[in-house]
Amino acid sequence: MHAAVVVFPGSNCDRDLAVAFEAAGAKVSMVWHKDTEMPAGVDVIGIPGGFSFGDYLRCGAIAANSPICRSVIAHADRGGYVLGICNGFQVLTETGLLPGVLLRNAGLKYICRTVGLTVETSASPYTQGYNAGDVIDIPIAHHDGNYFADDETIERLKAEDRIAFSYTDNPNGAKADIAGILSENRRVLGMMPHPERAADSVHGGTDGQALFRALAGSFAMA
Amino acid sequence: MKARVHVMLKNGVLDPQGEAVRHALGALGFEGVNGVRQGKVIELDLDDGASEDDVKAMCEKLLANTVIESYSVEMS
Repeated sequence: MHAAVVVFPGSNCDRDLAVAFEAAGAKVSMVWHKDTEMPAGVDVIGIPGGFSFGDYLRCGAIAANSPICRSVIAHADRGGYVLGICNGFQVLTETGLLPGVLLRNAGLKYICRTVGLTVETSASPYTQGYNAGDVIDIPIAHHDGNYFADDETIERLKAEDRIAFSYTDNPNGAKADIAGILSENRRVLGMMPHPERAADSVHGGTDGQALFRALAGSFAMA
Repeated sequence: MKARVHVMLKNGVLDPQGEAVRHALGALGFEGVNGVRQGKVIELDLDDGASEDDVKAMCEKLLANTVIESYSVEMS
């Protein structure tokens, strides 16, 4: 698996994400936001957490219109894999690759702690290493993680089994307790929690490891 | 020429910041404030001849997220 991690000014989980990909056996290329093309042979693009462009205007809005994002969209349109975590999820909703938007947390506070997530589906390259119904512990660290979409979109996400993770105890007001969602072809995942921060025993938890291993495994088999 | 863009959350989208402001006003003794919605104003300094349609295109592409926000444009 060859993974590219996109780096924006203000990204701060880019290296953690690269380490998690490498630990799962991936070759990793770091890609700067002003680049216009992905390195040849990239299978997966990771959009990391952080505060791209200082969260100016709206979280992820400036990043979503940066030069590299045109090639992220083209990669996804060709059926490529994209994983957006935290600010990366916000960027993916702003590009339109995933529906909805992340609003300010309902309690207005920045929340940084480990939360319980229910794995809602194992039918995706990212979640096939879990069983549907598993509860895993993954850290969150965000001010704008309150997932919002109109009722019709929420119903469609449910009907199409595209909710990847939900909160066991909703920390931020997200509609339908949504923590992460999949694209229609299930190859684009956006999630607010940070699996790359629970991917090594020194992190204090390893429940995120299975996500990266499953993703790498789906390329090993191909 | 200048354009002023008003961006507001659409009706039905919860505005926790507006709610916090409403509570704060109540705590300060201002009574009868039944709702607060917080938006933003963006002022653009434009080349002469720019049209309202140009500014609307900017709103659609970047300045507003039309999933949750509505916008209005004033040219002057």
